[in-house]
Amino acid sequence: MQVHKYDVVIVGAGGAGMRAAIESGQRAHTAVLTKLYPTRSHTGAAQGGMCAALANVEEDNWEWHTFDTVKGGDYLVDQDAAEVMAKEAIEAVLDLEKMGLPFNRTPEGKIDQRRFGGHTRDHGKAPVRRSCYAADRTGHMILQTLYQNCVKHNVEFYNEYYVLDLLTVEEEATREDGTTYVQKRIAGVVSYDLATGEIHVFQAKSVILATGGAGKVFKTTSNAHTLTGDGMGIAFRKGIPLEDMEFVQFHPTGLAGLGILLSEAARGEGAILRNSEGERFMERYAPTIKDLAPRDIVARSMANEVREGRGCGPNKDYVLLDLTHLEPAHIDAKLPDITEFARTYLGVEPYTEPVPVFPTAHYVMGGVPTNIKGEVFQDNEFTIPGLYAAGEVACVSVHGSNRLGTNSLLDINVFGKRSGIAAAEYSKTAGWVELPENPVADTEALLDVVRKGSGTERIAAIRKELQDTMDANMQVFRTKDTIMKALADVKGFRERYKNISIQDKGKRFNLDLLEAVELGFLLDLAEVMSVSALHRHESRGGHFREDFPDRDDENFMKHSMVYKDDSAEMEGIHGIRFDTKPVIFTRYQPMERKY
Amino acid sequence: MSSEVPEPASKVDLAPGIGGGGEIPQFDITLRVRRYDPEFSEEATWEDYALTMYGTDRVLDALHKVKWEIDGSLSFRRSCAHGVCGSDAMRINGRNRLACKTLLKDLDTSKPITVEAIKGLPVEKDLIVDMEPFFQSYREIMPFMITKGHEPAAEHYQSPEDRERYDDTTKCILCAACTSSCPVFWTDGQYFGPAAIVNAHRFIFDSRDEGGDMRLEILNDKEGVWRCRTTFNCTEACPRGIQVTKAISEVKQAILARSV
Repeated sequence: MQVHKYDVVIVGAGGAGMRAAIESGQRAHTAVLTKLYPTRSHTGAAQGGMCAALANVEEDNWEWHTFDTVKGGDYLVDQDAAEVMAKEAIEAVLDLEKMGLPFNRTPEGKIDQRRFGGHTRDHGKAPVRRSCYAADRTGHMILQTLYQNCVKHNVEFYNEYYVLDLLTVEEEATREDGTTYVQKRIAGVVSYDLATGEIHVFQAKSVILATGGAGKVFKTTSNAHTLTGDGMGIAFRKGIPLEDMEFVQFHPTGLAGLGILLSEAARGEGAILRNSEGERFMERYAPTIKDLAPRDIVARSMANEVREGRGCGPNKDYVLLDLTHLEPAHIDAKLPDITEFARTYLGVEPYTEPVPVFPTAHYVMGGVPTNIKGEVFQDNEFTIPGLYAAGEVACVSVHGSNRLGTNSLLDINVFGKRSGIAAAEYSKTAGWVELPENPVADTEALLDVVRKGSGTERIAAIRKELQDTMDANMQVFRTKDTIMKALADVKGFRERYKNISIQDKGKRFNLDLLEAVELGFLLDLAEVMSVSALHRHESRGGHFREDFPDRDDENFMKHSMVYKDDSAEMEGIHGIRFDTKPVIFTRYQPMERKY
Repeated sequence: MSSEVPEPASKVDLAPGIGGGGEIPQFDITLRVRRYDPEFSEEATWEDYALTMYGTDRVLDALHKVKWEIDGSLSFRRSCAHGVCGSDAMRINGRNRLACKTLLKDLDTSKPITVEAIKGLPVEKDLIVDMEPFFQSYREIMPFMITKGHEPAAEHYQSPEDRERYDDTTKCILCAACTSSCPVFWTDGQYFGPAAIVNAHRFIFDSRDEGGDMRLEILNDKEGVWRCRTTFNCTEACPRGIQVTKAISEVKQAILARSV
C-alpha cells in the first residue's frame, strides 16, 4: 500500500473532472485519478453543442434558457441551480473559446449557434438558435481543449487508476438547537493501479467525484463500455444517498440495433423522423416544435409508433431519421461524423436513404446529490465538508426528470468549474482528516470476493442478462409489474454474483477483475433505479408509468432519495431505504408541459 | 452559419425495402491474436480463436467475444466503441486501425484475421502498450493556445475561412495509429512522430494563436519534422481521415518560410 497526500483529489478525467482540475490545479496541490487516459472519456462522444444565450445570431437571454431547462425537466429541476447554469453558461462558452476551442463561426466571425430540442424563444414560442457548436464533434473539441489546458497548467494525472472506495469517517455533531447528528467527513480515496495491481491510498482534504454516468446498466446505450457508474456506486456504498435515479434519458436517435448516438443536431439542422408509412409523426405528438420536442417526448413517440405497428424493417422495430431533403454540402459541413457512423456501421447513405434509429439509453439525470457549489449532501440536511461532485455523476439538480440536449456539456463546464474552485478554496482552510485505521480494508474485501471466487458464473453472462432485463422492463415504458420483474431479476443476479470466478489471475492490467467490480456497481445502480421507479406513481419526464400515465404534482413534486441501509426492508427488497426531498422553486410554477 | 432548410413533406412514399433490413448474415472467422504477458512468460505467442460472428460485428466485438466467453485474461483497451475515444488502435491484418471501426465483413474472413499491439511503443500485455512516450511527444509541442497581450472581453473573432484552415487537424483523437505506423518512429525512439506534429499544426494554423514560432522552433529540431520521409503510412492509418502527411508538409513549409 502506497499513501499519497494531495490537497485536492479529482476522480475522473472527463469534461467535469478536467474543468475542475484547471481551476483547482492553479490554486492547490491537485491530483486527477482516472480509470482511462484523459482524452478517452465519453465527453468526447457528445456531438451537438453547448447552449448559452449569447444571442450571437438572434435575440435570446439566460432567463429563457432557465425556463426551457425547468420546463424540459418537467418542473422537477431545482430552479436555483438551473438559473446559475443558464447565467454562467455564457461565461462557460467564452472560457472555452479563450482556451482555444474551435467553435464554428458566423460570417462576422462570432461563435455560431444552432437550434436544439426544447430550447425556445420567449418561453416556448418557437425554436431558438442557442447551441454553440463545432460541427457534430463539440464534445470532442471540449475534451481536447480541456486536456490541452491541463497540459498547459501541468495538472498531475494518475492514468488508469481505478478509484474503488471513498474514505469517510463519522463524527458526532450538534445542531444549533442542541440536538446531535452523525456528520460524515472525507479523508481521501482508495485506488487500484491497473498497470501493477497495487493499491494506492490518496489522502486529501477535498475530493471531487467526476466519474460520469452508468449507461451500461442497459443493453441498448450510446454510452461507452466504461460507463459503469463507479462514482455513484462507491458513494452509495458509503451511505451517501442517490437522488432521482429513476430518471434515465433515452436519446431518440440511436443507430437501430447498435445504440450509437446520432446527434439531435441532425434534427436541429432540419432532419425529421418518419414511420413506416412515410409520415412525419412528430407533427401529431408536438404540433408546435415537432421533431425538436425534448428527448423524452420524442423517444416515447417513436416507441409508440413501433408499438402501434408503424415501425420499419423486417421486425418493424425502428423508425427512420430522414436527412434526404438536406443538401449534401450542408450535411458534410454540419454533421460529418454522424453521417459517417451511419455509413460505417449500417451501410446506409444518409444523402439518399433515411437512417434506421431507435431510442438508446443515454444519460442518467439522477446521481449524487449536490448543492450549487458542488458540495455533496449526506442527507436532506447536511453536506459532507470537502466532498464534491460534478457532471453526470452528480444531481444538482439542473436536469430534473429530463435533460435538454446540450445541457450536459454545459453542466460539466459550469459545475466542474464551480467544484474545482470550491474544493481548492476549502482545502486552504480545512485541516486533514485522519485516515481510518485500515484504509484499504473495504477495497481488499471487494477485490477478494472476485479474486478468490471459484464458482461457475461468468461476469459477462450476468452483465448481459442484467442489461437485457433493464431494456425489457425499465426502458421508455414502465409498469409496476415490469419494475418488479427487474428487481426480482437483479436479486437473482446478486446471488449468482457470489458464485463468479475470473480467469485472469495476474496482477498486471487485470481488466477481468475490474469488469467484475464494475458489474457490482451496475447491479447496485440497477436496483436503485428500479426502487426509485417503483415509488414514483406518476409519469414525468424520462420516467413513464403506463399504470400512472399522468404527472401528479400533488404527491410527487419531490426528489427521490435512496440510501443503502442494511436494516431497511421494503416489498421484499433488503438494504435499501427510500426517502424524498423537496424541489427548489424560485420563479416558475408548474404548468402543463406542451410543445 | 445556420442556413434555413425548407420544410419537409408531412408524408412521403418510402421506396420498398428502404431503411435496410433483411436477414443479418452470420459467418465464421478465425481471430489470431498476439498474446504476451511477462508476468507468466517472456515469450509472445499467436493464439487462434474460432468464432461465429454477425453482419455488423466489428473486430472489437470479436475480441470481446473471446474475453467474455473464452479467455477472460485477454487484455486490450477500449471505451466508446464507435471511433471517437481513441483507446483501441491496434494492428489488424498488418495495418493500424481502430478495432471498433473495423467491420469484420470488410476483411477477408476466409483467412485468419491477425490482431497485435501497435508497433514502436513498449508492449505491456497482449494488445496494451505503454502510451507514455506518445503523450510525452504530444506535450512537448505545447498543445494549447498561446496568446499574448490582452484577452478579448468576450470572444476572439475568427472568420469561417480562418476556422476552416486548421479544421482537419482538430479531428485528432490521440489514438497513436499514425505515430505507431511510422517506420521512422519504429527505428528512432526520439522522433516526435506524426500525431505530435498534427497537434502542433492545429495551433500553428489557428489564426488566434501566437505561439507558432515557438512550436516551429521545437519542430525544427533534428528529431522534429525533418525526420519525416513522406511514406504516407500515417495518412493511411488515421481513423479520422486526417491528411496527416499533408499537415506535416505544411509545417515543414512554415518552418522554411520563417527561416527565409
